[in-house]
Amino acid sequence: MTAELITITIDGTALKVVPGTTVLDAARKVNIDIPTLCHHADLCSAALGKKVPAPSNCRMCLVEVEGQRALQASCATEINGPMNIKTSSPAIRHARQDILALMMSEHYGDCAACRRNGNCELQQLCAEYGVDTALFGRPEAPLYAMPDEDNIIQRDMNKCVICRRCLRTCELYQGVVALSPEGRGEHTDIATFMDREMMEAWCINCGQCINRCPTGALTERDDTAAVWAAIEDPDKLVVIQTAPAPRAAIGECFGCEPGTPLTFEMNTALKKIGFDKVFDTNFSADLTIFEEGAELLGRLYKAVVLKDNSAALPQFTSCSPGWIKFIEHFYPEYLPNLSSAKSPQQMMGAVVKTYFAEKNGWDPSKIVSVSLMPCTAKKFEAARPEMDASGHRDIDYVLTTRELARMIKQAGIDLPKLEKSDFDNPFGTPTGSGVIFGATGGVMEAALRTVLEVVTGEKIETLFDKADILPVRGFEGVRMAQVTIGKVGPVPAIFSHLVPDFEWLKGVTVKVGLAHGTANAIRVMQDIKEGGPLSQCHFIEFMACPGGCLGGGGQPIPTNLEIRTARAKAIYGEDAAYKVRKSHENEDVLRIYREFFKEGPCSHKSHELLHTHYKERV
Amino acid sequence: MDVKTVHGFVGSKLSFSEANGDAGLKKAATMDAEALIGAVSASGLKGRGGAGFPTGMKWKFARAETRTPKYIICNADEGEPGTFKDRLILSDFADLVFAGMAIAGKAVGAEKGILYLRAEYEWLHPHLDEVLARRRKAGLLGPDILGGKNFSFDIEIRMGAGAYVCGEESALIESLEGKRGEARNRMPFPVQAGYLGLPTVVNNVETFAWVPCILEKGPEWFSKMGTQKSPGARLFSISGDCKKPGIYEYPFGVSLRQLLKDAGGENAKAVQVGGASGTCVPASKFDRKLAFEDLATGGSIIVFGPDRDMFAVAENFQQFFEEESCGQCVPCRLGNMRLHEAIVKMREEGLDAKGEMVLRRLAATMQSASKCGLGQSAPNAFLSILDNFAGELPRGKA
Repeated sequence: MTAELITITIDGTALKVVPGTTVLDAARKVNIDIPTLCHHADLCSAALGKKVPAPSNCRMCLVEVEGQRALQASCATEINGPMNIKTSSPAIRHARQDILALMMSEHYGDCAACRRNGNCELQQLCAEYGVDTALFGRPEAPLYAMPDEDNIIQRDMNKCVICRRCLRTCELYQGVVALSPEGRGEHTDIATFMDREMMEAWCINCGQCINRCPTGALTERDDTAAVWAAIEDPDKLVVIQTAPAPRAAIGECFGCEPGTPLTFEMNTALKKIGFDKVFDTNFSADLTIFEEGAELLGRLYKAVVLKDNSAALPQFTSCSPGWIKFIEHFYPEYLPNLSSAKSPQQMMGAVVKTYFAEKNGWDPSKIVSVSLMPCTAKKFEAARPEMDASGHRDIDYVLTTRELARMIKQAGIDLPKLEKSDFDNPFGTPTGSGVIFGATGGVMEAALRTVLEVVTGEKIETLFDKADILPVRGFEGVRMAQVTIGKVGPVPAIFSHLVPDFEWLKGVTVKVGLAHGTANAIRVMQDIKEGGPLSQCHFIEFMACPGGCLGGGGQPIPTNLEIRTARAKAIYGEDAAYKVRKSHENEDVLRIYREFFKEGPCSHKSHELLHTHYKERV
Repeated sequence: MDVKTVHGFVGSKLSFSEANGDAGLKKAATMDAEALIGAVSASGLKGRGGAGFPTGMKWKFARAETRTPKYIICNADEGEPGTFKDRLILSDFADLVFAGMAIAGKAVGAEKGILYLRAEYEWLHPHLDEVLARRRKAGLLGPDILGGKNFSFDIEIRMGAGAYVCGEESALIESLEGKRGEARNRMPFPVQAGYLGLPTVVNNVETFAWVPCILEKGPEWFSKMGTQKSPGARLFSISGDCKKPGIYEYPFGVSLRQLLKDAGGENAKAVQVGGASGTCVPASKFDRKLAFEDLATGGSIIVFGPDRDMFAVAENFQQFFEEESCGQCVPCRLGNMRLHEAIVKMREEGLDAKGEMVLRRLAATMQSASKCGLGQSAPNAFLSILDNFAGELPRGKA
């Protein structure tokens, strides 16, 4: 069914649009730029695939519609009949200037030192519209108390324009609703329940609000000073591990197109900055696949062969710390379903201060373990009190992609122009499976490549061309896939302590599910509660952030579907380029099981260092 | 011009005192929806909340909507400073309102009505519940009203929580849905997607009260009153510097001068017509008429005597809006704050030409760029005071 197109006129140009198109979208189609501060490409009906009211509260996108007395918010005005629209006029310009000047009249902060200087939508519009503080002044002192410095999500109301992108993101993508508008009139602000600090609220630290904030009101806790101090301390060995997602995005902070991978240039930059060792988190991603895969085999055996109801299936992935805090807050009754495997960040941290320290004769108390993550929730994960089984903190500091970009700039390095260099050994031969952890579906694809190959004894390529498991890829919010195991092979030695054989898996249809964005996790959890198809799954991957880690809350700003798609392309491109693309073929991982975790995955020692536990939160 | 009836201070009767609402309801029970809408349209009744949208047309739009259930909402969130006529209607003539709502229900195909009562009128709640109970018992409300098939309608009272903006119909609907009271985008209109996203008619208390009177006495009785463009009569809440404040009923077209004479406020220097969101009329313009085509109003008339400081009046109104803005859109939330500050400052220091230009532009931005009627009308009082009483400011320091 095709709806009759409507002919409208925008600034004298006639164009045909589908009924229901907003004036804003129509104008952008003909390359007319209408400024917006509350509208966001991710937060409109078109992006969400369902009708959501446009907030239209910043009033920057006003246009003149013939026949209407007042100016109309183009983001909220749908075209359902012929219209004559003007997007530029003295009234519109004056209104926009006044609105910006009004915003500045309660905007307290030092623009020059602001984290968003040069990347601030308010600042850019003020420059475009020639708005200074002459009209309505600017506060001389903070109007709101500054947030506690320990908050991972730093929310400074002094810079907030009350556009509500943060709380709409929190509700529509994350289903968390940690923030809401409070008070009215002059007392209106954005607050947590009972006005608690962010760290005391039911916030999951995903940082999605930061990615969409038009100003510097939302930022992450800055840990760069502590990392610089460690680097400059001659007594410390500072190691950094880098996750897959930041590489595909950090170029955006240096003027590169989204989806420009700078993996090896970044290695050079990290050495130039002064990190002693640069490791690849992909190593511990592969390690995670062994541990999590072994755990899954154990649970399946328990359920299928031993008919034990306590097997807690489906097993849920545990790599995403936003998801972990989410389930701890909202679905604590399902904590047993979580894999007890630590995330790759924490596993790397644990082996660096044990295996690596032992191998190199280093005093683990002198190692400072830093991780580069696309993620703000990783800062929370690193600080969980239980993450110190080796007697030392697994991870000392977490840097987001944005924080590292600042450090690189402070060091005077033009990242894209650097020569390439490799990761350091012994964790330097990653696989493609580790890389794709950065995209939604990646953990599942990596797990399937390994589990199916291990169980059937056949190359995964016989089932999926080029080992690309396309059914689990893509940005659909909730996805399911299944594979029936035809023949089974012998149990490889590394798993022989877990199951006697694989005969019991013959003919079993392995069902998996995926969700990204915790609002989609809610859909999955509801379905499981109601005994729907997802309750029949054996393994479900949950990623807190839309798009997975590549869309993480610590990634460069701005974000939208186009940018996330470009990053995903870079990640899958890197996977395809690796010689070794399966976790169980990672030589370094096989070596660590030979030399260190000698009893194999999910054994006593690996449990001690590579596994963890969770707790209910209110 | 005759003062048809005067109530309140003088104590005589209003049209509502003489009406038999149940006779109107009985008549309505015998009519079909088209005939009901036809009668209300023919009377020329327009919304008494202030905007003056033709009631018959609103009902017709709601009738045309196919989605059900539909809702009839009575806006009893009487919050405009200086209005108190709905309070009297609810305390003395609630039967008329409930009959009017039932008739609206029959006309548009709704079986459920909600009266959204201003938080400050909580004391009226037991009384209204009693009236509802009595009407149910008498078969004037509930299933098969007056024994008629296809005429079922019941009403529930819901309390507001004290926000002025909830008198704005879309904010009222948000509030009814249990959300924060904030205006929605102007499209779609409530008749298309209102309460719970379903077709909804929102009318003022007085609008509903006139409906059974019109059906009882015929549309011509009503349309003969008033002017051609503003047929009928309406209630005015007159307060301020006058000897006989109270509730007065006049046909549309009455002059301000007449009102002032009747209320004993002849020596006024200005009158605020339409409450805080209305306009301030100076003595030189007291011959202006109260009608939709001249001075439109929701009924609030505030009289300012010769000794009033008009910029104190402006400051008071601006402070009101600063506090009552829902805080959602920038021109209203921050515009009112800055305008309020500017008025405080100009009362001390006067206003120079540049300052005046900046404020007039800001006011224009608030009028054209705010999301709902609250922000759009918030600078009106200040502008009309600035237009007419700039001489009361200290000399500017230009």
